[in-house]
Amino acid sequence: MLKITDLHATVAGKEILKGLSLSVAAGEVHAIMGPNGAGKSTLGNILAGRDGYEVTAGTIEFDGKPLLELEPEERAAAGVFLAFQYPVEIPGVNNTYFLRAAFNAQRKARGQEELDSMQFLKKVREKLAVLHLKDELLHRGVNEGFSGGEKKRNEIFQMALLEPKLAILDETDSGLDIDALKAVADGVNAQRSNERAFLVITHYQRLLDYIKPDVVHVLANGRIVESGGPELALQLEEHGYDWIRNRLAPEAA
Amino acid sequence: MGALLDSLAAGFEGDATRRALLDEVLRDGLPQRAESWKYTSLRQLERRSFAQAAAVAIDPTLLAAIPAPRIVFVNGHFDAVLSDVSALPVGIEVGPLSRLLQGDDPRAVHFLERRYQRIDEPFARLNAALAREGVVVRVDAGVQVESPLHIVHVGAPQDGGDAAWHLRHFIELREGAALQLVEHELAAGEHAHLGNALLHAHVADGARLSHVRVQDAAARASLFARTDAVLARDAGYARTDLELGAALSRHELNVRLEGDGATLQADGVLLADGRRHADTRLGIEHLARDSRCSLTWRGLAGQRGRAVFHGGITIHPGADGTEADLSNKNLLLSNEAEIDTQPVLVIHADEVKAAHGATVGQLDPTALFYLRSRGLPEVQARALLTGAFCREVVNAIGDGPSRVLADAALGRALARLGA
Repeated sequence: MLKITDLHATVAGKEILKGLSLSVAAGEVHAIMGPNGAGKSTLGNILAGRDGYEVTAGTIEFDGKPLLELEPEERAAAGVFLAFQYPVEIPGVNNTYFLRAAFNAQRKARGQEELDSMQFLKKVREKLAVLHLKDELLHRGVNEGFSGGEKKRNEIFQMALLEPKLAILDETDSGLDIDALKAVADGVNAQRSNERAFLVITHYQRLLDYIKPDVVHVLANGRIVESGGPELALQLEEHGYDWIRNRLAPEAA
Repeated sequence: MGALLDSLAAGFEGDATRRALLDEVLRDGLPQRAESWKYTSLRQLERRSFAQAAAVAIDPTLLAAIPAPRIVFVNGHFDAVLSDVSALPVGIEVGPLSRLLQGDDPRAVHFLERRYQRIDEPFARLNAALAREGVVVRVDAGVQVESPLHIVHVGAPQDGGDAAWHLRHFIELREGAALQLVEHELAAGEHAHLGNALLHAHVADGARLSHVRVQDAAARASLFARTDAVLARDAGYARTDLELGAALSRHELNVRLEGDGATLQADGVLLADGRRHADTRLGIEHLARDSRCSLTWRGLAGQRGRAVFHGGITIHPGADGTEADLSNKNLLLSNEAEIDTQPVLVIHADEVKAAHGATVGQLDPTALFYLRSRGLPEVQARALLTGAFCREVVNAIGDGPSRVLADAALGRALARLGA
């Protein structure tokens, strides 16, 4: 589904990704772990199409088509979803109105029929129940006055509603207490399916206790330096990222 | 002297007093270097000439969304057919100024005698000399008028060139009265014109005037509006201005809080897209104790548009306990657009709470990306964010048909902005 080949990217002239390659098949959950500054968030942002990142070399294929040529909204309609590390507060834009506009814009782009407000609301209620989110949040501005946990759950709720093919979770666990973490993980697990792939970006192994990955990658210094099964996350937890650095050092020398 | 004043003076009809007023303006000309016109140049306008406005018939469906009671002026002429004030309750009197002038009503004479001396108020001076029409409203003491009264100005193409007109409105609320006023500036077709309107509002002790003005005039129109309001003890004046149309729109809002405990809420949106120029100038005078003003203005300038805002608040000696709050936030949507904002707070009293803030910024790129990453096309995402930016002003209008109407007008204007 997703095939990244030798990706190089710069931010403000500084090279962050230095030849990253990664393949994710439908139905798989891949975890991307790595120390701060390794380029984890850069990867998520580039996949979603955020401004300010320049891809200097390499390719990204999504469902066999070049992803980098698409605008962010086209990527969303194609099935890419990024759960933000820092979801944005937008006072004055009603949450429900925004979700329905986004939902219908995607459907329209795919040539599907748009849902009316009754049909949409029914769908919303189904998804809300899974995330244990309060109805009341729907009537507020987008993320306006939400707690940290509510913002992250709202991201997962949006994901549940938009039903993407590829969901990228950018440090969705950061700043969450254990209950919120479980709620987020439950939301994600409920959406695992053979058609959907996940890229779970995280600094800590903790989230992976609740969202079991198929593959764990270690991203360091702009490249995937190690890939393995879930046991790799445990090793990292035990030894810390220095362990990876030490293993890398001889190679670099 | 420029072509403009000559052409406006050509249609003069009136007595010697008004002729003298006209001659004074002709002598002084338009202000060229006045501080209050620094950001709005009249040089181009000065070279243009305008014909006398004629009564023109318009398609009545244009007014379909505006219910009675309503009083309609087309090119500055009272339109008795389109107006409908038949269902007004007892205790409110609404009529065209022309009728009052014919009957020598002392009120009309009193209002019209008001003099404007300053060189930087040429349109008020012209209005004093040339206005022969307008609406006169009086609400008797204690009368609460339920249905909003609509005052509609329609500009329509006419034979004989671009037209100019001058309107003078008088709104009087006696003790404890309440009235909702909705003013509309509408276009019937593409054309240029010059509209000059001066509205006096007198809000007596404990009376409440709510006032929404939706300016959506023709794209080539030049509009000069001035509101002079006086608030007595415990009087309340709440108004919202949406400046959405016209090529050039200048509004001077002067409010004198003369009675203790008087309150003013004046909010607005200036939307300057294309090559439009929207200029709003507030002159708020606190003259009594414990009076309050709250002023929330939002400006949007896109393409080559220009939004100009001057927020002047003066707290006079003795106006102790005054609270004044001014917020002016602006969005610059293109590199060629311009925003000029100037809050001016002058305080001569004690125990005053006054705050003002003015900002100019751009749409938040992170918010824009967030919306797009969920599938909203860029144009739609921008419209949503600009709408949210202005919505605060509309949401402050009390629940009811006036807010629905204002919200719809703002939505249409923002859709144009995105297109």
